[in-house]
Amino acid sequence: MIEGQPVVDWAWIVRNLDNIGARTLDHVVLTVLAVAIGFVISFGLALAIRRNRRLTGPILGISGILYSIPSLAFFMVLIRFTGIGSILTAEIPLVSYTILILVRNTLAGFDAVPADVVEAAEGMGYSRWQRLWRVELPIASPVIIAGLRIATVTTVGLVTVTAFIGVQSLGSLILNPGLANFFLTAVLVGSLGAIALAVAGDLGFMLLQRLATPWARDRALGT
Amino acid sequence: MDFFAEVVAWFGDAANWSGTDGVPSRIGEHLVLSAVPLLVAVALALPIGLYIGHTGRLAALAINVSNVGRAIPTLAILSIAWLLLSRPLVEIGLRRDAAEITTALAMIALALPPIITNAYVGLAGVDRDLVEAGRGMGMTGRQLLLRLELPLALPVVLAGVRTAAVQVVATATLGAVVGTGGLGRYLVDGLAQRKYEEVFAGGLLVALLAIGTELLFSWLQRRTVSPGLQSATARALREPGQMGRGGGEVAV
Repeated sequence: MIEGQPVVDWAWIVRNLDNIGARTLDHVVLTVLAVAIGFVISFGLALAIRRNRRLTGPILGISGILYSIPSLAFFMVLIRFTGIGSILTAEIPLVSYTILILVRNTLAGFDAVPADVVEAAEGMGYSRWQRLWRVELPIASPVIIAGLRIATVTTVGLVTVTAFIGVQSLGSLILNPGLANFFLTAVLVGSLGAIALAVAGDLGFMLLQRLATPWARDRALGT
Repeated sequence: MDFFAEVVAWFGDAANWSGTDGVPSRIGEHLVLSAVPLLVAVALALPIGLYIGHTGRLAALAINVSNVGRAIPTLAILSIAWLLLSRPLVEIGLRRDAAEITTALAMIALALPPIITNAYVGLAGVDRDLVEAGRGMGMTGRQLLLRLELPLALPVVLAGVRTAAVQVVATATLGAVVGTGGLGRYLVDGLAQRKYEEVFAGGLLVALLAIGTELLFSWLQRRTVSPGLQSATARALREPGQMGRGGGEVAV
């Protein structure tokens, strides 16, 4: 903080509402894109592992290695190949980081489906895909959604770091004017905005889970 | 590939291996910048986590602290700490260390949740029958904790320390943004000067250091866990919920 400067410069916030809104939207888009792409890839990988269990080691191993690359390094290393400020430079690491979490939870979700339920579905003449969509997926959904919650919250935090590679998000406010001009208001707006988005994403999926699993809700009510 | 030749040349250049911005000196700075906050975090978090696990009080805190920690971006903690603390630190004569101290505080905040949560989860996972048996044999609370619960929970407790260590080594890189030394300097300075081979080399070194930390701590874990529990360690490590860098967990 600079001496004499108020802790929070409300006038700056009001003047920059458009900018703050636009950066928030950028942040949401980057997050949704990463989690959505990550989920499609992870779901495919989890299905592949279910078909062939020998793939478990290699898939979890590779996604574990990707997960362990420090984020700032991952983003910056890609600049030379995919360009500064490009969405691709941001999304490749963001998507990579979601995969370990989502594959693990999708597998754990499917593993939680009782074998006799699967057999009952087979006995009722469900095809492989019908069984997947109508029986296994609903039962697996709480654990899968728990994975989506972690992936979303993690991604929201990581998106702030993409500001270093010139991609716009709430992190851009933290860097400039925040750190660059020693301007606390911008740092707080960017930080609290990111925390609010993480909480909103988390609650959103929690709500989705309640809607997707009405039986669990009924049971919780004791009916 | 042109670019990879440049990276190889960067590593081959003797100038990059000597002086204050040479690789050995940067790695040394990075290790100090990571080890100090990690030690402080362990000293703070272990007693808290063990207390919660032993007594069962405040369990909700132990479970939620890692979720809340995840929602707060490290960049946010570091930036807020820097803006609030750098001036006071300079005023009390710590100009040269202001960036390091601020970064260390942010790293402590980052390291606390996994250590607290795993210490709690580890103790809570100890078979209740064993605790009852210990109590029946007349063990005091302290003896129960130190001779029974902690040894049994050690693999999980140490897994939390390992997660924290790897996170801190990886994230201490961010300190360079507010002016610390360490490997982050190659990323930040390299980017500013558009020396992408230096950025790449720095990124590679951070990744290797993080992997090295992971390996060191899993070795430490194997060394410190009692032989009778070795198979249990192996099981705990394979199991979701207790593995490296937070992402190992299957949350329910």
